[in-house]
Order: sequence, then C-alpha cells, then structure tokens
Amino acid sequence: MNFLSKHRWLWLALGLGVASLSTQVQAANEQYFPLQSYRIGPYAAGGSGFFGGFIDYLQYINAKEGGVNGVKLTWSECETEYVVEKGVECYERLKKGLNGAPAAATNPLSVGIAYATLERSTTDKLPLITINHGRTDSTDGSVFPYAFPLQLNPYSEVSAIVNYIAQQSGGLDKLKGKKIVTLYHGSPYGKETSPILELLAKKYGFDLTLLEMPHPGNEQQSQWLTIRRIKPDWVILRGWGVMNPVALKTAQKTGFPADHIIGNIWSNSEDDAAPAGNAAKGFISITTHPSGTSFPVLQGINQYVIKAGKGNLQDPKRFGNVYYNLGVVNGILNVEAVRVAQAKFGKRPLTGEEVRWGFENLKLDDARLKELGALGLVQPLKLSCADHEGGGAVRFQQWDGSKWKVISDWVQADRQLLRPIIEKSSHEYAKEKGITPRDCSKEVVAAN
Amino acid sequence: MLYKEAGQFITEYRLDKRFFRLKQERWAFAALLAFAYLVVPAIGNDYWFSAILIPVLVLSLAGLGLNLLTGYAGQLSLGSAAFMAVGAFATYNFHLRIEGLPLIASLILGGLTAGGVGLVFGLPSLRIKGFYLIVATLAAQFFVQWVFTTFSWFSNNSSSGVITAPPLQILGTDLSTPAGRYLLTLTVVVALGWLAKTIVSGELGRKWMAVRDMDTAAAVIGISVPKTKLLAFAISSFYLGIAGALWAFTYLGTVEPHGFDLSRSFQILFIIIIGGMGSILGNFLGAAFIVLFPILLSNLTTSLLAGAIDPGQLENFQKMIFGALIIFFLIKEPNGLAKVWQTVKQRLRVWPLRF
Repeated sequence: MNFLSKHRWLWLALGLGVASLSTQVQAANEQYFPLQSYRIGPYAAGGSGFFGGFIDYLQYINAKEGGVNGVKLTWSECETEYVVEKGVECYERLKKGLNGAPAAATNPLSVGIAYATLERSTTDKLPLITINHGRTDSTDGSVFPYAFPLQLNPYSEVSAIVNYIAQQSGGLDKLKGKKIVTLYHGSPYGKETSPILELLAKKYGFDLTLLEMPHPGNEQQSQWLTIRRIKPDWVILRGWGVMNPVALKTAQKTGFPADHIIGNIWSNSEDDAAPAGNAAKGFISITTHPSGTSFPVLQGINQYVIKAGKGNLQDPKRFGNVYYNLGVVNGILNVEAVRVAQAKFGKRPLTGEEVRWGFENLKLDDARLKELGALGLVQPLKLSCADHEGGGAVRFQQWDGSKWKVISDWVQADRQLLRPIIEKSSHEYAKEKGITPRDCSKEVVAAN
Repeated sequence: MLYKEAGQFITEYRLDKRFFRLKQERWAFAALLAFAYLVVPAIGNDYWFSAILIPVLVLSLAGLGLNLLTGYAGQLSLGSAAFMAVGAFATYNFHLRIEGLPLIASLILGGLTAGGVGLVFGLPSLRIKGFYLIVATLAAQFFVQWVFTTFSWFSNNSSSGVITAPPLQILGTDLSTPAGRYLLTLTVVVALGWLAKTIVSGELGRKWMAVRDMDTAAAVIGISVPKTKLLAFAISSFYLGIAGALWAFTYLGTVEPHGFDLSRSFQILFIIIIGGMGSILGNFLGAAFIVLFPILLSNLTTSLLAGAIDPGQLENFQKMIFGALIIFFLIKEPNGLAKVWQTVKQRLRVWPLRF
C-alpha cells in the first residue's frame, strides 16, 4: 500500500498512457487522411500553412456538405519535422487508417519522405500525392501506379521558367548567349532539375551556372559573390524555407536586382518574400495558384470554419497566403478524387486502391472549377493512367513589398520535349526494379 | 533468489572465455534469439518491423561500431555518419557495377571500403589525441558528404543524388518484405555482434583497453600503439559502413548523402553515452532508448494532450522532456543503461534480500 501511494502519480500516468493507446472507437462511414505534417523546424512555415489549408478544406467539406456524399472526412497528424526517418515512422503508424476509417492517400509535402515511402505506397496500394514536387518520372503512371506529382512536376517547372525568360527576351531564339544562374537547395529536391536545365541550356544556347546551397541555407555570401562575378541576366532561385529570404537579402547586399531573380514553386510564398523586407521588392516567382481570399471556396472556408473558431492557422493573417492556398488546392484535388472514385465504387469509405482510380480519372474543367468556387485558383487538370501530372502550367507573380501581384498569364512547359526524358527515366527505374509497366491503352477501355 | 551461480564451477580456460558464464544467461540469450527469429516474424506487423525493429537494430550496429573505437580503444570520433555513408554508397556501387555479385558480398565489400576510409582518417590519431582528434574525424564527416554530393558518379548520375536499394535477394530468396528486411538486418547484426564480442574479449580487445587506459603504459609493455589504434579505426569503420548500408537498403530503401550528416554522428554518440561506453549490450539498449522513447512520448502527448496545445508546441515540448530526461538519467547513472542492467541482475541475484 505504501508503495502504491508513493508511486501513485506514476501509476496514474502509466494507466492513462496505456488507456490512451487502447481507446479504439469503431467509426463507420469515415474516410481518413493520414497527415505527415511538420510544424517545427526550418520548414515550419511551409508545413503549417500547407497542412493548415488542407485541414481547413476538409473541415469545410464536413461542415458544409456533411462530408463527401455523406462520408465524413477525418484525419490525424504526425509530426515529421521534414525528417525522412520520422516521415517513414509516421507513414507506417498512420497507413492502416483510424478507428476503422480507411486511409485515402498520403500527402507528405517532402521529396525525401516521398522517395522513402514510394515503394511502400505501391506495396500498400495507397496513393502518394506529391503536389507540385516529387519524383519527376513518377509522372509516368504506367511505371509508378501510386505516385501522383499533381499539377506540376519539377521538369515542367524549370521548362516553364525558361519559356518565361524567353518571352521576356523576345522569343526562344533570343536566349542564345544569355547568362542564367540557378541557386539550388542542396537536397534531392534542389538537384532534381539540374539535368533538364543543362539540356535546355544546350538546346537554346544559354550559359548556365549551377550553384549549390547546402541545407538549410543560412549563409550565402560566397554564392552571391560568385553570382556577382558572373553577372548573369537572370537568377533562378530554387530554394526552400529559410534559404529564400536569406538569398534575397544577400542579393541586395551584393547589388543584384531582385526583379531579375525568379523564385521557383517553393520560393514563392509570402513567408519567403516578407521576411526579406525591402530586399524582396520586385522579386518574381512562379505559382500554380494565386494567393488571396477572394475565391468563393476561401470565402466558404472563412464562413464555415474560421468564423466558427475552428481554423487551423495560428496566425489568422496567413489565411489566403500561398502555402495556405496550396493546402486548399491539395484538399480540393484529394476530395475530388474521392468523389470521382465514389461515383464508380459506391458512396462509402474507399480503399487506397479505389481512391487511386479516382485520381487517375480526375478531370477538372472550368465548369467544375466554377462549381467548386475555385476558378482561377486551380488550373484545369486532366489526369490519366499515363499522365499523373495533368497540368504543367504556371503563372508569374511579383512581390510589391507587401503582397504578390500576378504579372503573367499561364505559361506552359514544353511537355512534348520532357515526356521522352521522363519515360526514359521511368523505364530505367522499371528495369532496375523488375517492374512491368502497365498498358495504359487497356486501362482507358476498362474505365469506360 | 531468482537465479544463482552457486554450483556452476569453471574448470577450464575454454569455459572461462565463454560469452555467458552462467547457464541461466545462456538460456535467456538462446530464448531471446529464438524469440527474435521465430516469434517476432510471426507476430510482428509492418509498423513494428519498418519503424521500430529495423532502425533499432541498425542503430545498435552503428553504436557498436563507434563503441569499439571510443568505448574500447578510447579514440574520440564525430565522423561515424561519414563512414556509414561510405558503406552505403560503396555497397550500392559494388552491387550496381559488378554484374551478378551477391548482396552479401556487396555488403562486405562496402564495409571493407568504409574500413579503408576509416583507416585513412584514423592516421591523425597517431599524432593527436582527444578533442583534437575529434576535429580530424569531423573533417571526414564534411569531406565524405561533399564527395558524394559533388560527384554524381557515386549515385549513378541520379539527378537528385538519391540512391535506391538494390533488389534484396539472397540465394534466390526475396527479402524485400518488411519481415524479410528485418530478418536480414537481424542476421547481420547478430553475426557482427558475435564477432565484436569475440574481438573485445580477445587479445585485440585487451590491447585496445590498454591503449585507452594509458597508451604510454601500453607501449611500455610491448603493444604497438599505432597498429592498435589504426585497427580500431578500421574495424569500427567497417561496422559503421555495414550499418550505413543497412540503414539505406533495409531500413529506408533509399538514401541521399545528407541522410548521413553531422546530426546522425551525434545521434550515434548519444547512443553509446546513454547505452554505456565499453559495453556491447549498451549499444542495443541505447539505440532502443533513442528510437523508442521519442515515439512513445509522441504517442502519449498526441493522444493525451491533442487539442489542448498547438501541435508544433507539442513537438517542442517532447524535445524538452527528452533532453531533460537524458540529463537526469546521466546524472543518476553516468555509466549508462548497460550499468543499470548489471545492477538489476545483481539485485535479482540477491532478491528478496536487499544486499
């Protein structure tokens, strides 16, 4: 007895701990989204914005429509800190679903974690969504049936940037002799596009210099001194997280004009530009989705979720910024895939395999986007067995010191040029791993 | 008395040199092995294999590698992750470039390459000691990472610098399922654990300890100090190299050079500090602690405090608890978990009497 009372708190804590691990309430009719989120670490701004938008969209669908065709959406988070091992642990922890609700798809928003869970996703038959990032050759769905680099893969991204530079210079033939420097994040994500840039440089005859910035990128003096020596016409900033504002500030210090720096898809948020203060004024970046709160879907989220006090963002000022809106876009694409799949398989919680079918048959035209209240926020998209990207266009925006202003129409990547490279790479992967690619012409017949 | 040694007499040197002197210990170990090989693959699920058992085993092996060098031979090192990277990339390249080489052979060649690199970076230990030596091994850490990111040949010109696991096949058996990867890892770790125990209880281990405790005295009694130190570096790096290859291929299935950065070296250093310097068992205990404890904390806090505190704060909160616990623990038991285990055994021996 004495022992018991002496250690009462310990026992109580242990008991609570064990109880909390074993509480399992059977929940029917729910579709589960496992979230490998990150809210701390050097990339916290991206993670909290993206997953905030994603969660808010799921909450909005639940509040407004009672879920997708009556199937409630549910989710739980596991913190990865953008660390690969933690991402794998979270993946394994969450993939089985929650309280009986099956998992629909994983959305790690990290190239490293996506690489590490790629094969696991295929084995577990769970779609791996890498919106605007991921492994480029997973665009070829015949070899990567479960990976979806939605909207924009890294190759399309640089191709579109080069096309934009050509537009600014007055045509693709004017690229000859131009000097372009790419400052990239020293990670798989950062390096992914280097061969394509080299290919484009050879094709159009511009001068390319690739400069690596070791993770996380807090100190860039020497790189920008090199850039000053080269005197390039354009600098492509392929950054991530804390690296971006540092790049802009260092550029200003070394006297390179911000309006000749083009940020890529992960250097394009308010969180990248605003911390650089005055140095960011004029900075150009690409985006697949404008920031802003005027879209009807964001107004809806505001009404049903944020005003109800259930918003996921800690800082309400970030509502409608680039990362948040990407999370909303990601939510729309995931939910629409579930909706498409439900039309085929029935209005019930779906397995990952069924949701994959939904993604492969996802088709968002202007009419559907209008219904969703996302016209202008999401680009028209049509996916198929062979094409897991679907879009490949970006718009350009410029930072005016306090917000982004869209300065271009959709600029399309040269997808015809990239497709053979993607297929070559995916077939090499298939050979290395002993995968027989699916015959996509048969899939289309089966779908109809 | 839960177990006693009374009546177990050692009458030969051969018996005295056994790993476990008491028959209870031998039985317990045999039972543990049988459990690990027969029961665990039958009852384990993907989560246990992929997220817990495999990383614990691989980190134990890495800890073992560093412990041979630091705990037994007394040479400080912060380059552990670099040698892991060498092992991973060398194994990958041997497997890729030599047609038909069995996986185990690639693994051993990868380990030997890491051993060779370790030997080179161990050369400064002949002239410098202690903290100054740390700087030399730190150079290995940065140099190796730089080599693998700069020269894309090592990653087979992969555009992103990421390498993916070769097919895990041994004698025609496919080991790419979670249970298969676990068994492969377990077998390698058991074999190398046995080898390490043999080394440290043999002549070389005694030489290492002599050099660790006082190298001048060791030299006086006829031990070749340079040879002993370099062997420690080579063998330690061999272990780390194998651990790196397993980390890349049986655990993650993919790796980039930055997966083996300085923080990984620190992680391995913490494993041997928490587990216990100069102990084989300590590495396993330390690795289990460093992998399992954060997961337990994360499970507990997310289920108990979810909603009450912001998820990001919750994660920082866990880090604070983890750090505080480590400090508390090292104050209470500076010799690590291996010592705790010894104390427990001692208590069990005299139970229910206290002393």
